Amino acid sequence: MRVTFTVNGRRQEADDVWEGESLLYVLRERMGLPGSKNACEQGECGSCTVRLDGVPVCSCLVAAGQAEGREVVTVEGLAGEDGRLSTVQQAFVDAGAVQCGFCTPGLLVAADELLERNPEPTDGDIREALSGNLCRCTGYEKILDAVRLAAARTGEAV
Amino acid sequence: MDFLRPATWQEALAAKAEHPSAVPIAGGTDVMVEINFDHRRPEYLMDLNRVAELQEWEVGEDTVTLGASVPYSRIMESLRAELPGLALAAHTVASPQIRNRGGVGGNLGTASPAGDAHPALLAGGGEVEAVSVRGTRMIPIDDFYLGVKRNALAPDELIRAVRLKKATGPQQFSKVGTRNAMVIAVCAFGIALHPDTRTVRTGIGSAAPTPIRATTAEEFLTAALEEGGFWDNGKAVPPAVARQFADLVAGAANPIDDVRGTASYRRHALAVMARRTLGWTWEQYRGKQQDERNQPCA
Amino acid sequence: MTAHRTRAATAPGRTPTSLTQGTQDGLTKGGIGESTLRPDGILKVTGEFAYSSDLWHEDMLWGYTLRSTVAHARIASIDTAEALATSGVYAVLTYDDLPTEVKHYGLEIRDTPVLAHGKVRHHGEPVALVAADHPETARRAAAKIRVVYEELPIVTDEASATGPDAVLVHEHRDDHHSGHVPHPNIVHRQPIVRGDAAAAAARADVIVTGDYVFGMQDQAFLGPESGLAVPAEDGGVDLYVATQWLHSDLRQIAPVLGLPEKKVRMTLSGVGGAFGGREDLSMQIHGCLLALRTGKPVKIVYNRFESFFGHVHRHPARLHYEHGATRDGRLTHVKCRIVLDGGAYASASPAVVGNAASLSIGPYVVEDVDIEAVALYTNNPPCGAMRGFGAVQACFAYEAQMDKVAAELGLDPVEFRQINAMEQGTVMPTGQVVDSPAPVAELLRRVKSRPLPPERQWETTEGADVRALPGGLSNTTHGEGVVRGVGYAVGIKNVGFSEGFDDYSTARVRMEVINGEPVATVHTAMAEVGQGGVTVHAQIARSELGVTQVTIQPADTQVGSAGSTSASRQTYMTGGAVKNTCEAVREKVLDIGRRKFGTYHPAWATAELLLEAGKVVTDGGEALADLADVLEGEAVELELEFRHRPTQAFDLRTGQGNGHVQYSFAAHRAVVEVDTELGLVKVVELACAQDVGKALNPLSVVGQIQGGTTQGLGVAVMEEIIVDPVTAKVRNPSFTDYLIPTILDTPTIPVDVLELADEHAPYGLRGIGEAPTLSSTPAVLAAIRQATGLELNRTPVRPEHLTGS
Repeated sequence: MRVTFTVNGRRQEADDVWEGESLLYVLRERMGLPGSKNACEQGECGSCTVRLDGVPVCSCLVAAGQAEGREVVTVEGLAGEDGRLSTVQQAFVDAGAVQCGFCTPGLLVAADELLERNPEPTDGDIREALSGNLCRCTGYEKILDAVRLAAARTGEAV
Repeated sequence: MDFLRPATWQEALAAKAEHPSAVPIAGGTDVMVEINFDHRRPEYLMDLNRVAELQEWEVGEDTVTLGASVPYSRIMESLRAELPGLALAAHTVASPQIRNRGGVGGNLGTASPAGDAHPALLAGGGEVEAVSVRGTRMIPIDDFYLGVKRNALAPDELIRAVRLKKATGPQQFSKVGTRNAMVIAVCAFGIALHPDTRTVRTGIGSAAPTPIRATTAEEFLTAALEEGGFWDNGKAVPPAVARQFADLVAGAANPIDDVRGTASYRRHALAVMARRTLGWTWEQYRGKQQDERNQPCA
Repeated sequence: MTAHRTRAATAPGRTPTSLTQGTQDGLTKGGIGESTLRPDGILKVTGEFAYSSDLWHEDMLWGYTLRSTVAHARIASIDTAEALATSGVYAVLTYDDLPTEVKHYGLEIRDTPVLAHGKVRHHGEPVALVAADHPETARRAAAKIRVVYEELPIVTDEASATGPDAVLVHEHRDDHHSGHVPHPNIVHRQPIVRGDAAAAAARADVIVTGDYVFGMQDQAFLGPESGLAVPAEDGGVDLYVATQWLHSDLRQIAPVLGLPEKKVRMTLSGVGGAFGGREDLSMQIHGCLLALRTGKPVKIVYNRFESFFGHVHRHPARLHYEHGATRDGRLTHVKCRIVLDGGAYASASPAVVGNAASLSIGPYVVEDVDIEAVALYTNNPPCGAMRGFGAVQACFAYEAQMDKVAAELGLDPVEFRQINAMEQGTVMPTGQVVDSPAPVAELLRRVKSRPLPPERQWETTEGADVRALPGGLSNTTHGEGVVRGVGYAVGIKNVGFSEGFDDYSTARVRMEVINGEPVATVHTAMAEVGQGGVTVHAQIARSELGVTQVTIQPADTQVGSAGSTSASRQTYMTGGAVKNTCEAVREKVLDIGRRKFGTYHPAWATAELLLEAGKVVTDGGEALADLADVLEGEAVELELEFRHRPTQAFDLRTGQGNGHVQYSFAAHRAVVEVDTELGLVKVVELACAQDVGKALNPLSVVGQIQGGTTQGLGVAVMEEIIVDPVTAKVRNPSFTDYLIPTILDTPTIPVDVLELADEHAPYGLRGIGEAPTLSSTPAVLAAIRQATGLELNRTPVRPEHLTGS
């Protein structure tokens, strides 16, 4: 089947999609957007997190056909048009929140949405918002640092 | 595999009538896992995301009609007053991403004993609105679960909504898992006080082939509360009553040993959760009673 | 830091790129000791970093592996006809299709069949391969392959593996361990005998024994096994893959393909974590076989289910210990026996045995020991390398013993450890003298002196914050039943490859002028698996060569081996190689400088010269020339190998020998809150103190320690692969039922870093990656024991162990 939807502001189309394919597969293998990651494909790790009509979801659990006509934002859509990193992206680099980096795209999408919703999160809020994103390298401490840093920088900028 | 995309509820019902084997997919949090891991290859996959009314809810005088696809995150945020037990259960579902997609319809459709919504639905009470081109059936929640991953839906039926009783008293939900977030229930327990009918209802998850109510425990507690005049005098539930209630809840379960836990732990944990959640709900009820008594006359 | 990337024009889409990084502000040096940022950080946060599962090639096929559904069986027949006839299928391969006489591979012992031949020895063993135009086509075709299994009896533990009528997992062993093991189902056995444990026991005032069980842990790296094999015009193959050691893979792959090593060109793709689980081959040979057979590029990506069968796990272990001590708190002796389950194939089992035996008593002074460690062949899943191997299992047991002995003596557990703590000069049970700092007592002092986190942090004005309580969001307690406990542990890990292995790393460094600026290029085969090797290499090049711009080339087999990214060795070894080669490059650059400018200043001939901030300077700080001028029209490039001090094999009877390169130490204090009624645990804080010798990049060092600590926490309270004891089948191969800690399970992890230089190591550094994984687990267990009063001889501890139900 053919699937058409908007990814990071651009209309994208994929043909010959098998009906059982996930949104994740179509993004990665058919649309040239492998930033969203395939760590578990069962909604248990969050590495494939994208925003579907603004809402963070596991793209591995969205059937490709369900995305028809909808708006998807992936990690590739976080940086500015000029390639400038978003506040959250820069904070992850600066705080040492990236090791192997496989969990990073999903965490960035989730953290970005958290700060949009709650610009001054407590540690408890950060932990809850990111509790669906597994990281195996960092022990999460530097990820917390990064989100705190991003929140502080966003606050300063306002 | 064919992908069906009904734009309206009527189209969805027609499609389901034509293809009773069609697997409805909304949040996808069960169905897609099965597809990704090759456990299921349905002939037809029917996307219900386009049917807008499934994402809506309506708060009436005594009931809430909750669309089958209203995501758990919306239930947590918007229905805490009307459906506190379900809102608490919704908060324990998997992860924020899953709560943004999954809804009660999925839990009911899958009818896994581990579905987090079930104990809250059983305790709160309500009916499942099962619809087909033949008409609408209201299936009492108590009659909905038939076996392991089997429910009372006919092959041509879809769940449009659940009609749930608005809370008239405190409700609680508690679930044991071996991780502090994103965990499938080892076992779960829901309790709802119904001061309007002076009854207590319960729900048990992951501790029997289907979600169940602990009816003997409910009857015992309802009787004990009545006998002691507790609904009116607002006294604390005596520890002996709480203990017996807890034991009866544990006794109602019919758990197994599996990778997530042992049968005996499940029984033990249910007793602890029953005792604690009874304490929390009853304290809340008493607190409210006290507040009402202390209100100066207008 | 700024980074950009370049891409070779002929390579497939999304391949690894070189990383070029300057310094952020042009002012900082970006050298060693600074927390410079990762050169791959920007690619990783933008989603552009090419992981091995992101690879793509025009016209590529998808490979799929059919795996055994039973643990031990004779294969009566395999019928692939229907699968081959499926539309969209390009190849179906079984054992019979293997092109050469070499049909097995293995890290040390070549006992692992590329595809099962005649029988399968564990659940999930590869039996057949399919290449097709879509993953679903490949799966459907694989489902049509008919394999007839005739099940065989299984061996699953020591009793069944070495009992009188035990079925042999490998009938005809002829490896270098088969001659000395007491039973063919024992992969390797290492005793260590020193002093006279029996006589020492007679002097003991107390003797404490214990039996301990360590569950099977999974590395659970997030990036699944994956790679892309592209057939080349010369009959060879280009393989892009995530691994820990390219050259070790190559040595195993090439003979199976029947190709000379130079025709198997490997390039490291982005690695989504490793932790030991990528030391063994997964899809490498399979992908190449399918690519060579079909003449098309083949991509293989395991899903999470398959990943649990696609790599080895941490050895589960049964450990028996006896400790003796005198009233004044001095250990008299230790006897122990460690039985590790290696599963169906050897993998790293021999090395795991060596570590378990030689580190079995922990960082303590004990003169009289009687130690034995063995690894079994069974029909359980194969086990091999995972962070801290051998030492992790032992640390769990000996630290539990130390607490038990302290309790028996009425001593404070930390004080008791400090009384017996080893130090520089201590003799190990192997007879090896510890000849660099061993600040064991100091590490314990540091974690103990840290203020305890406040009690009842979950209490808020609006009631209990369940996120801070045991059970977390599941809302199981609002404070009922919650008891706090505090526990301590310390551990010792060897750094690098031991037991006489000729370990070396290679680095190629080039220095030249580009656009008027001196630039260094570092090319190694070091597998960057997330640890930050690429960051450190750039720092070393800046420090040694006085440049700002450094380009890190993708790791591949076009340069000499860098050894494995494991055993906490990579900064020591390949970092050491980069340092060494940079020093040699520097000498060449100075030679050019002397040739060009020597006549202008006498210091060229007389002074000690350095490269700093783009200039040649004297040790007195006088600038002699710009590097840009020295290197104008010339480039210097060298490739050199680096070796650590040689080690020796352990004597097979006594275990004596200078077997280890270096030791590494960490201590933890765990503070937990346990819901004692439900058996649920919340770790409130997990403080660590570790000696790192020299922190080349402090930010990365702390990140490694926190990550290792968290993996130790995981195996303390939740992580375990559960194998059915009757069928030997894995019961929880998914992230739904194999649980790793979430951010709500992980506490704050304050880290105290000591830097006591090891004079034998580059920059005085000490390998750091594994030590924090050791002591984390026993510290958490000790804290839970304190909270509950239970003995808890098994990890992970499950709710039913804490509630007795």
